[in-house]
Amino acid sequence: MNTASVSLGASVSSQSRFMQLALAALLGTFIIGFVGFSHIDAVHNAGHDNRHSMAFPCH
Amino acid sequence: MNLFRNVVFIAAIAGLVAGVALACMQAYATVPLILKAEVHEQAEGGHSHENAAAPAPADAATGNAMSSSAPAASNAMTPAPAAQAAPEEDEGWAPADGFERFAYNVVSNVVTGIGFALVLVAVSEFAGGIGNWRQGVFWGLAGFAIFTLAPGLGLPPELPAMPAADLTQRQIWWLATVVATAIGLGLIAFRKSLPLTILAVLLIVAPHIVGAPQPDSFETPIPEGLHHQFVVAVTLTNLVFWLVLGAVVGIVRGRFTGTATSLRDSFA
Repeated sequence: MNTASVSLGASVSSQSRFMQLALAALLGTFIIGFVGFSHIDAVHNAGHDNRHSMAFPCH
Repeated sequence: MNLFRNVVFIAAIAGLVAGVALACMQAYATVPLILKAEVHEQAEGGHSHENAAAPAPADAATGNAMSSSAPAASNAMTPAPAAQAAPEEDEGWAPADGFERFAYNVVSNVVTGIGFALVLVAVSEFAGGIGNWRQGVFWGLAGFAIFTLAPGLGLPPELPAMPAADLTQRQIWWLATVVATAIGLGLIAFRKSLPLTILAVLLIVAPHIVGAPQPDSFETPIPEGLHHQFVVAVTLTNLVFWLVLGAVVGIVRGRFTGTATSLRDSFA
């Protein structure tokens, strides 16, 4: 995301490391939220069996 | 962004493998039970998304007119014909039963798997990373406890047509329980302190003292035995999913880091 970290190789600063990992976790949370928690009907219906089988709150 | 890219790469592989495995398990273990429940749901009067006790208002008006098109419908349940005639109109697009439905289930399992894997890999990197498949299995157990066991205690896996409280409230409770349990387990695992461990236990217990949102009425057409079977199937399939997810992360990460000590020094 921030251009400074692109050039950083093996010696990633701890702040950049934190940011990158936090970003990855945030992306994962967003994906889970979209598939499992979206109130959009089409998304709900497409993932219906999955939502029930993952025990996400559904319906 | 080397580290970010590597995390995403590992999560994508692990999510793909575990998601496909989960979809195959679901095809045998949970989806047949969902289909059975949908038969009960249809008989009860349609895909009611809130309390099963409330029939759709249009049913009473169209019940007589539709009666000729539903010869086998039980005469005790007038809402049934209308509900069978137009479930799609009420709920928008849905995949057709059979292969299409299975395919969408595979896709959503893989996407969910990648989402969970991203969280798993990112969080485990903070703690030094998952070094091998065995460490991955333990991380998977933690994920299972956080995302399946803890929220499942208050909100057991539901079948269609089961009564439930307001969706948003349940989602909030689910999320709060997951976060509290995750922090609790993290404190126990990574802080060697008795007061913090006690705090962790309180955090894990607290959501269940508050209690999950409950429906107004527990009346349901779903037989108790069917639901129990479903709870067992969901819990076990998710256990295997998490173990596979953690183990694959460990294997893939180990393969790509090679001799490097941490993920950021690897295949960048």
